[in-house]
Amino acid sequence: MEHTPPPFFKTGASPLVRLMIFSALSLVLLVADAGYKYLETLRQVAAVIIYPLQRLAAAPASLARGAGDFFTTQSALRAENAQLRLDNMTVAAKAQKAMALESENAHLRTLLEARQRMADRSTLAEVLYAARDPFSRRIVIDKGAQHELRAGFPVIDGSGVVGQVTRVYPLLAEVTLITDKGHLVPVLNVRSGLRSVLAGTGVQGALELQFSALNADVQKGDQLVTSGIDGVYPAGLPVAEVVTIDHNPAQMFAKVVCRPLGSVTSHTRVFVVHAAAGIPPRPAEEAEKAPRGRKASKGSKGG
Amino acid sequence: MINLYPGTPQEILRPAKIGFIVATLVAALLLNLLPWAGWGLWVRPDFVALVLLYWCIDQPRKIGFGIAWVLGLLMDVADGSLFGQHALAYTIVAYAGIVLHRRVQRFSMTPQALHVVPLLLLNDMIVLLIRLAAGSDYPGYWYFLGSVVGGLLWPALSFLLKLPQRPRFDPDQI
Repeated sequence: MEHTPPPFFKTGASPLVRLMIFSALSLVLLVADAGYKYLETLRQVAAVIIYPLQRLAAAPASLARGAGDFFTTQSALRAENAQLRLDNMTVAAKAQKAMALESENAHLRTLLEARQRMADRSTLAEVLYAARDPFSRRIVIDKGAQHELRAGFPVIDGSGVVGQVTRVYPLLAEVTLITDKGHLVPVLNVRSGLRSVLAGTGVQGALELQFSALNADVQKGDQLVTSGIDGVYPAGLPVAEVVTIDHNPAQMFAKVVCRPLGSVTSHTRVFVVHAAAGIPPRPAEEAEKAPRGRKASKGSKGG
Repeated sequence: MINLYPGTPQEILRPAKIGFIVATLVAALLLNLLPWAGWGLWVRPDFVALVLLYWCIDQPRKIGFGIAWVLGLLMDVADGSLFGQHALAYTIVAYAGIVLHRRVQRFSMTPQALHVVPLLLLNDMIVLLIRLAAGSDYPGYWYFLGSVVGGLLWPALSFLLKLPQRPRFDPDQI
């Protein structure tokens, strides 16, 4: 029989055993998170623990911005003021036109008994940090479930769509940018009215129009707006502009590269639109009714 | 302890306080959470892995797998990435640090840094493999630059983290 002397010092399990235990735990977490999405509560708890650190880490940038605001010169302010006044006038003219159009639109919609478009509420949020992860295009904003944000809300800035809220913590929210790989936005070509799907490529500042036929009516400089088909993005928000079109006959589809209109890489403040999913429920399918009717008729025959 | 390098005298250090260790790890987490962007994102070493490795090599009895694992979880939440990828990577790095600590401690700064760089690269590789398995794209060779920068930071880091352990000069005791 093998005899080992008792250990001098109690050190607990050996490092290898501990490595096995913790690796197994990590792997269980990985599989549970990737496959089953069981861990949202654990994530929420950890998010609350790390929240003060996140705010602290974002503080220097916020402070620097604040200090920059404090030290602007009077001439810069005056120039900005003049520019804003000019902008305001053009915008006011547009707004008056828009008001007339809106009332006309409302009238026509009631005539058509169409669904009223939602008067969307929006929340201004500050970007805490952006794109720290080289794998994905995401930003973290300083508003969360406490400010009634929910996953799925679209995020916009002054010039276009930025992305979509994908994960909400109590005090923070994670926004996936439209340039994230695999992120899709259903869009409408303003000039030709062509509907298509805009996909992120994972490369900064590049989007790709998917499945556009070789002879599709797409031109360089075309503006793309959201079509509102998915029920996530409200219709009519500007998204991107076509930059290059590559007609390669060897491929099934043309390769259309677009540039996002919203400043996806460099923003400090964004708007989160509280868009309720405004899609009417799917109509009941005929195919479902048919066999039931047949069964019913069979039943009546049998009875 | 045998001193292999006569030029670098061994000091008798005071014991490291557990509070100080935790504080440095929190500071590393804070550095990781800074809003890095552009080229800063590529040269940024994983500070948590670096400081964790330092303490695993320097004080393997005071720090271990539990802390490494929890730090990994916090990093996963901050990154919004899959749960467990940093936890796994940090656990393995902690293991490597604890197993190699007797060997690494014997060396002077430059060979120590040469030991540390492969361990940080291992950390990167684990995260990369999990990301690739989850369907991400390969981000390019630049991804590994941060670990090399981490190796370059190693001498400065060990000097800074050893400061509180250096014996203070006591004028009454001559």
